[in-house]
Amino acid sequence: MPDGAQPPPDQARIEQAVRAVLGSMAGDLSATEAALLAELEGLGRTVARAKQEIARLKVEDITESHIPTATDELDAIVDHTAQATNEILDCCEVLEGVAGRIAAEDAEALQGVITRIYEACSFQDITGQRIGKVVTALKAIEGRVASVTGRFLEGRGAPEPVAEETEGRRLAEGPQLPGAGVSQAEIDRLLAEF
Amino acid sequence: MDKSTPVLIVDDYKTMLRIIRNLLKQLEIENVEEATDGQEALQKLRTGNFGLVISDWNMAPMTGLDLLKEVRADARLKHTPFIMITAESKTENVVAAKQAGVSNYIVKPFNAETLREKIEKVMVHA
Repeated sequence: MPDGAQPPPDQARIEQAVRAVLGSMAGDLSATEAALLAELEGLGRTVARAKQEIARLKVEDITESHIPTATDELDAIVDHTAQATNEILDCCEVLEGVAGRIAAEDAEALQGVITRIYEACSFQDITGQRIGKVVTALKAIEGRVASVTGRFLEGRGAPEPVAEETEGRRLAEGPQLPGAGVSQAEIDRLLAEF
Repeated sequence: MDKSTPVLIVDDYKTMLRIIRNLLKQLEIENVEEATDGQEALQKLRTGNFGLVISDWNMAPMTGLDLLKEVRADARLKHTPFIMITAESKTENVVAAKQAGVSNYIVKPFNAETLREKIEKVMVHA
């Protein structure tokens, strides 16, 4: 440490602790004890430096750039699929108008196809909910990172107020992975049991 | 079922509302209103005269299950047929909905035939 320069608070605390240990020791230090204390002091400096480095880890990059960018990209996917789905639905509605002006047999066939398109378009809701789950997971990671690094940064990591959790909210997990949920037939059986 | 019965559809995805509305139109049910979460739906239910509610589960601030509980706790609304139409497909969810008084439960993605069948079933008992 150059003369006149103030050591960082952590380092100063470590030096103070080492001096206190040295001052409390009676008699001469053996070479081994001196080496041990030097190691101890070095270790203390390393810990202090590591803490400062963790505090400067650019947590902001994670919480202010990486995760917001990722969530913005995911939001854009949801927006684009919603736009595309609405275009498809616009087309279907035009086709339904056409179905009213053609021969009954053809109209029935066309209507059947339109119904299948409507059914298929519900993918937008399902994918939107799945992406929502990923965004929630990213935000949880962001919170954990901020919480761990916040221990080394004053004034950070203030917990956000927790919203009231109803049974509906607690059970709202979004779409299950294939094979994890129950089918419509199983749901019908379950309801019939009541 | 009387096809002029006013139906309230509730979903936070506008495209889903549009899909359900169009499928209902194919069933000649055209007296349809929309809400995008449980709170808005409850407000419409309390001021309107709906004969059927078709609601999603996962919405904010009020979920479909919480809406269902409010409906069943309301003296005027408690007998309104209520179909949950949701991607929540765990047994736990189905049981919770049934215990809360759901009339029927459709898991997404669903087909038009399932929707027709469940509507007919609940309206027979209405």
